[in-house]
Amino acid sequence: MQEAVSIPVSPAPETRMAERLRVFARNAFPFLVVGTFWEIVARSGIFPRKLFPTLGDAAHAFVDLTAAGILPHHAIETVLRLVTGFGIAAIVGVTLGVLMGRSRRTEDICLPLVSILAPIPGLAYTPLFLLWFGSGEFTVIMLVGFVSMFPVMYNSWTGVKAVKEIWLRSAQALGADNRRMFRLVVLPGALPYILTGLRLGLAQAWRILIAVEMLASVNWGLGWLIFGAREFLNTDAMMAGVFVIAVIGLTLEKFVFQQIERYTVVRWGMVESLG
Amino acid sequence: MLPIEIRDVTLNYDTPGGKVQGVKDVSFTIAPSEFVCIVGPSGCGKSTLLNIIAGFLKPASGEIRIDGKPVTGQGMDRGVVFQDFAQLFPWRTALGNVSFGLEMKGVPKEEREKIAREQLRLVKLEKFTASYPHHLSGGMQQRVAIARALAYNPAVLLMDEPFAALDALTRDDMQRLLADVWRETRKTVIYVTHNVAEAVYLADRVIVMSPHPGTVKLEVKIPLERPRDPLSAEFVEWQKKLLHHLGHEAGGDDMQTNG
Repeated sequence: MQEAVSIPVSPAPETRMAERLRVFARNAFPFLVVGTFWEIVARSGIFPRKLFPTLGDAAHAFVDLTAAGILPHHAIETVLRLVTGFGIAAIVGVTLGVLMGRSRRTEDICLPLVSILAPIPGLAYTPLFLLWFGSGEFTVIMLVGFVSMFPVMYNSWTGVKAVKEIWLRSAQALGADNRRMFRLVVLPGALPYILTGLRLGLAQAWRILIAVEMLASVNWGLGWLIFGAREFLNTDAMMAGVFVIAVIGLTLEKFVFQQIERYTVVRWGMVESLG
Repeated sequence: MLPIEIRDVTLNYDTPGGKVQGVKDVSFTIAPSEFVCIVGPSGCGKSTLLNIIAGFLKPASGEIRIDGKPVTGQGMDRGVVFQDFAQLFPWRTALGNVSFGLEMKGVPKEEREKIAREQLRLVKLEKFTASYPHHLSGGMQQRVAIARALAYNPAVLLMDEPFAALDALTRDDMQRLLADVWRETRKTVIYVTHNVAEAVYLADRVIVMSPHPGTVKLEVKIPLERPRDPLSAEFVEWQKKLLHHLGHEAGGDDMQTNG
């Protein structure tokens, strides 16, 4: 019998090392170009040094602020808000989205609402939320949760709808009742979409959070750090803040989402690996 | 093993153009451990009939009895194998797929994995128990599907063109394998195909259907000794005979002799 099976071949260690170096060089190159250009502009005197710091100044600010514990404090506050707000959005969004996919009535009620509310930029709700719930922590978390819930909900709904009919039929033929059909077939079948929804939701949550930290009266947070630094022309601190935001975003993507995907949908061959 | 009676089964489809008759007054019986192939051109209702027997569709009139009990829905007395490779659950390994039915039955983990392993050995996939479906070739996936349908030990195996999407060489291998599996398990098999050579190779009896509406045209017993040799003169003779019966139909062109 003919067996066609793809077995991943691991190359010899030295070629793997060279390969890694090449990948690193390829990834580092664009940063090198942009960084060089930045330095030229910063040192050319087109802008005052105070407004356009050199990378060295920004790195200096980053080290100082980190050593003083200020930057970590801002970062931790921001991450806690993100986790709380997005956590609520993930739980409510997946639950409602899956319910919409499973029950006609929930779909009829929720879908028009989602269709109208989802495309509205989160920032547009912000003044309302600030008036209703005050300009404190609660508002920030509510807003983050509310805004990032929609993509999660929408994609979970799509995912349940996209579960292949033949899986349901097979499971039925194999004696699955409704409850187990849901847990063992519908949920894993919808997982690629649910993960996409969570990813999009997190991106939304991240954006609205940084923006709202600038508008609400919170004492800590990366958004507030960047916004507050404007008063004193601390552009180097601003850059340090932006850098931390980028690092957190990248970390979530690489170490949370890509890992979850690697152990689930990529391993199952349901989506191609992007990493 | 249980006998199957199909009595005056009729089913209409609602289409935008009005009611279309899928199958009309279909009746035949199947003996325990018999291998029956249902053959006919596209639109003759052979797959519809299989879906009714599986319990996925409800006939408008008539009934199906398995061991005297009327069929009212899906049941663990029947195992189903579809044509589509995608029928396996991609998030379960070959072993996980095969043990699914046993899991539904409440068989404890250790025992169901033992049974699943045996079933995979039966279809010669014992080396691939831990593989996910997307790492398996089409033929291997269909073998997993057969093992999965057999694992919870149904009396009847229902197969809807399971090898139609495979290449000709793999299909030959699969037919041989299925003949072996059948000889070993002695399940009652109802096998839908539009491939005449496949029917002659596998079946004890061939039920020829004709379209518009789908009705049973005739039944042909294939008395050839097993294992059958597709190159022998008698085999070719039976193939010709069957093709001849089908050739009178309007849709006869799309019948296949081989491959």
